[in-house]
Amino acid sequence: MTQQILNAIFIGSIYALFAVGYTLVFGVLDVLNLAHSAVFMLGAVITYSLVALHGMPFLPAAVIAVLVCGLLGLLIEFVALRPLRRRNAPPISALISTIGLALIFVAIVEQANPGSFFSWLWQDGANSVRFPAGAVPNPTFHVLGLTIEGTKLLILITAVVLMLVLGYVIRFTQLGRALRAVAENRRAATLLGIQVDRIFASTLFLSSALGGLAGLLFGLAISDISPYIGRDQVELKGLAVIVLGGMGSIPGAVLGGYLLGLIEVLAFVRFGSNVEAGVAFAALFLVLVIRPQGLFGARLRERL
Amino acid sequence: MDFFIQLFTDPVGFYNQHELLIAQIGINAILAISLFVTFYSGQLSLANAGFMAIGAYTTVILSLYLPLPLPVNMLIGAVLAGLVGLMVGLPVLRLRGVFLAIATIGFVEALRLGVILNVPITGEGQGLKNPTADPLGGILPILVSLPILAYIVWRLTRARLGQAWAAIREDELAASSNGINVPLYKMIAFIIGAVIAGYAGALETHINFFVDPTEYGVTRTIQILTFAVVGGTTNVFGPIVGAVFLTALPEIVRQFASYRDVVNGIILILVIIFRPQGIVGRGGLALIRPKWLPASWSARERPASAL
Repeated sequence: MTQQILNAIFIGSIYALFAVGYTLVFGVLDVLNLAHSAVFMLGAVITYSLVALHGMPFLPAAVIAVLVCGLLGLLIEFVALRPLRRRNAPPISALISTIGLALIFVAIVEQANPGSFFSWLWQDGANSVRFPAGAVPNPTFHVLGLTIEGTKLLILITAVVLMLVLGYVIRFTQLGRALRAVAENRRAATLLGIQVDRIFASTLFLSSALGGLAGLLFGLAISDISPYIGRDQVELKGLAVIVLGGMGSIPGAVLGGYLLGLIEVLAFVRFGSNVEAGVAFAALFLVLVIRPQGLFGARLRERL
Repeated sequence: MDFFIQLFTDPVGFYNQHELLIAQIGINAILAISLFVTFYSGQLSLANAGFMAIGAYTTVILSLYLPLPLPVNMLIGAVLAGLVGLMVGLPVLRLRGVFLAIATIGFVEALRLGVILNVPITGEGQGLKNPTADPLGGILPILVSLPILAYIVWRLTRARLGQAWAAIREDELAASSNGINVPLYKMIAFIIGAVIAGYAGALETHINFFVDPTEYGVTRTIQILTFAVVGGTTNVFGPIVGAVFLTALPEIVRQFASYRDVVNGIILILVIIFRPQGIVGRGGLALIRPKWLPASWSARERPASAL
């Protein structure tokens, strides 16, 4: 059981990292960025491609992948979101245009075979791969009868450190103040001289970099990298997490991530894997119906 | 190009060669109509794949265990989807916009992963074999149902009901202060959408030999949404045009067949940015005007659409 709870913490860290990016965009832009899961997938795919196809050591590969994912966030902003803002479209439109981008990202990876146009990025089509053995050192620790893999420990530490850093940035830096101001009231922020478009771009960069990082950590820990990991593993569970925590609330997303990890593990232990798969969505549905502001009672106006 | 040459010079041969495609176009068009109904009343509900699953499974389970005629089974499937629509709609329709979309996604996945995978009668995720499947005979009911459903929905959107939906879509508060019973009309739209989606699911099982739970996930719902959005949601013909166009596209442009999702994604983004009223729908392009273009180039009128 203790081992199961450890697993819950690891998977919860990934959910939390992913959901923090999701919820950040929703909080600041009022837009649900459904391309976030595709960026998550690309984080894992790019790292894998740098390590396995281009022979790069893991750490620099991971850093490059995270930066590339951040740039993809800018792409999302400039292609799918900014034009819609310019014509004052309702928020549902942005939901649909980001779905379009997600379709494109996933299809590009899924169709990439040796000899095709994107073979430098991915060569395994729709198949699932894992990092080559030895590419990432993975010492195993035995503490008090528990088995802890080095990669999972790395994930936990990275997630916690990054979320603390993010919390610091949001609360105490100039950028964070601007973010919160824009989230609170876009027009007032403009009047105060904040360059709203620039804040939106930074938000997308930050959010997508976190999403890509979550993806590569997922690929590392679960040993499953495929074009579908974003769509199948975290896209909808990420939604469940940010709904549990209250849409747009960053602490809520962190707590929600760990909570979902815990709920899933408990459901798995108690009822088996078929129930585990559905429990996130049942929770999502129930929370939206009974308590739309999220479990932790974040007031909708005060979200970051 | 061959596609069109054959369509116009040899329609019978074309029909025989593309039966499956035609059936799929019909199903997709009906599904797009089902999404259109809720969308027309201003609600983005993504529950359609779930209602489809209910219609499909009900029909197949009934024909496995009860000696009823197939049309009756299909109708029961559609009605049951409507009943579930009522039960889901009661709590969910209080939510708006993105929240409604998320809640209905939750419903679809909870139904698929939580119920279908765990209830023995549905084959627990292994899927079900359909004893009454008839791929060729199944096309006719689809082709008959599509125009009938389109006509009914078209009449509904022109009637008082449709006017109420349009009023709610444009401004919920104004609609309710003018005496429109907003929750009631939203619920009617939701249930009609559910019944049509359930019916489409039942029709689809008739042309497949197998009911596969993976067919009824969020991917399917998003596909349906794409049809409706690309075709346009100002009237009922938009979704049909969108479904026909996007389903036939990979057949028309064979070179891109494996990159169909890339093409779909690009079309979706271009439509939502430049033509939010869809292919069918009045008005020109909602041009995002670069500074050097004269102002007369951008569409001035806001198109009548929820997007």
